[in-house]
Amino acid sequence: MPEKISLYTKKVIEHFQNPHNMGKIKKADGVGKVGNIVCGDVMWLYIKVGKNKRGEEIIKDVKFETFGCVAAVATSSVITDLIKGKTLQEALDFDRQKIVEELGGLPPIKIHCSLLATDALWEAIYDYLTKKKREIPEKLKKAHQRIEKEKKEIEKRYKKWVLLEEKIKK
Amino acid sequence: MAKRKKIYLDYAATTPLDPRVLEAMIPYLSEKFGNSSSLHTFGQEAKEALEQSRMVIAGFIGAKPQEIVFTSSATESNNLALKGVAFANKRKGRHIIISSIEHPCIMESANWLETQGFKITRLKVDKYGLVDPEELKRAIKKDTILVSIMHANNEIGTIEPIEEIGKICKERGVLFHTDAVQTFGKLPIDVNRMNIDLLTASSHKMYGPKGAALLFVRERVKIEPLLHGGGHEFGLRSSTVNVPAIVGFAKAAEICHKEMEKERKRLTKLRDKLIKGVLEKIENSRLNGHPIKRLPNNAHFSFDFVEGESIVIHLDLLGIAASTGSACSSEKLKASHVLLAIGLKPHQAHGSLRLTLGRWTKEKEIDYLLEVLPGVIKKLRKISPFKIRS
Repeated sequence: MPEKISLYTKKVIEHFQNPHNMGKIKKADGVGKVGNIVCGDVMWLYIKVGKNKRGEEIIKDVKFETFGCVAAVATSSVITDLIKGKTLQEALDFDRQKIVEELGGLPPIKIHCSLLATDALWEAIYDYLTKKKREIPEKLKKAHQRIEKEKKEIEKRYKKWVLLEEKIKK
Repeated sequence: MAKRKKIYLDYAATTPLDPRVLEAMIPYLSEKFGNSSSLHTFGQEAKEALEQSRMVIAGFIGAKPQEIVFTSSATESNNLALKGVAFANKRKGRHIIISSIEHPCIMESANWLETQGFKITRLKVDKYGLVDPEELKRAIKKDTILVSIMHANNEIGTIEPIEEIGKICKERGVLFHTDAVQTFGKLPIDVNRMNIDLLTASSHKMYGPKGAALLFVRERVKIEPLLHGGGHEFGLRSSTVNVPAIVGFAKAAEICHKEMEKERKRLTKLRDKLIKGVLEKIENSRLNGHPIKRLPNNAHFSFDFVEGESIVIHLDLLGIAASTGSACSSEKLKASHVLLAIGLKPHQAHGSLRLTLGRWTKEKEIDYLLEVLPGVIKKLRKISPFKIRS
């Protein structure tokens, strides 16, 4: 068992206290905005795309901004570490499980935070390819559709909630 | 990092045992171990301690000893109050009124009663968390059997106008239950003056042990037990009685009662220093709950653009124990129903922080909190994509 501080591993707390690659990239090539403030977690991931020696496109720089719990901040930080310098293809094939492994585990209720971080990465790449008017790989298209659908569902739920709230207040 | 002394600012969650309470309990955890139902000397010794405890506690709220039913927890007491009264009085009516900011054990008991054919009205509260007695008057119907409104809210610390509520219930011939877990031992309670028919209190919130609580049930109030068996506690709560915990509960109540006025003044002063300091030092922060009608030991804040669990864990790393109503900290990933009921938007509820003081809170601990909290909030706001527009 990895050492724990409160309900998190030491690794999670390290990332939480000193998040890596925190902040905004001005004139980013792609931005992925996921999550919803109603549920509590919002992640914005910025990428700058460059090329490696072999001429493949890589994630040259990556930064994040997150509103959320300890797990949300730590997973944001860890994913930036894991994908910096990776090719776009590698980023697309990114295994979500790696985040949890790298952090030495997360409480079960917080696993969704690691899913959110990967979604942010894919959305950033989607945004980049769309801006460049490039063809979107099928896998990415599907991920984007799923994220959009989830977003709409939350918005719908939230709208109902707002209406209900207004009704209660009257 | 130098090891510093831990600062506990979560007294509303639970309290440490007062050493004087522990001392009173020890004989009943060792040589005086008898079952209070046994006829022999061991049993009678335990029985005597139990009845003595009952008398002491009853005296503090103006009740008769036989009106105090000991239970294992406030959750049990509240379940017994709602379900017990509902089932014993269902021929009279099936309507129950609660507030929308009750503790989950009241909310969930009411939800369950709804599935059993009872009707529940959940009274709205204003932005401070106060129930409007006029609205209660309008809500009481012919078939209303019970009103259950908490004495003070466990999250935001607002003290409800229970004396007024009690009066209304008496006039209308409806039973009145109040969950006094957060006020018992902190504020004076008189069940007769306040027209309270049923009242819940818990030992571990007032420097007594966990595992002891009570339900005051006024004589002649019809109530069904939840637990059937050997007929302990006037047939209302069968189970071998937890004598050591109850002896501790009574001792804890005695100490609270003796020190109440002095402690109330001391804590109010510290609380107000804390509230003033936080609001002054941190921009885009607000106090939740009522500024004056609030528990002497409760301070509750919202900070825009940050999330509560992150605040709590940061503070924990700095040696300060606090609490939050954020969705991220709850098993259900839902923001606190209390904060939503007072009109906070979900994202504001996420950025909430509860600090509750107690018997061992020192002014220098408040000073330390005021020194470190602004930095924590600033750091989290820096990570957040939402920025304050200035």
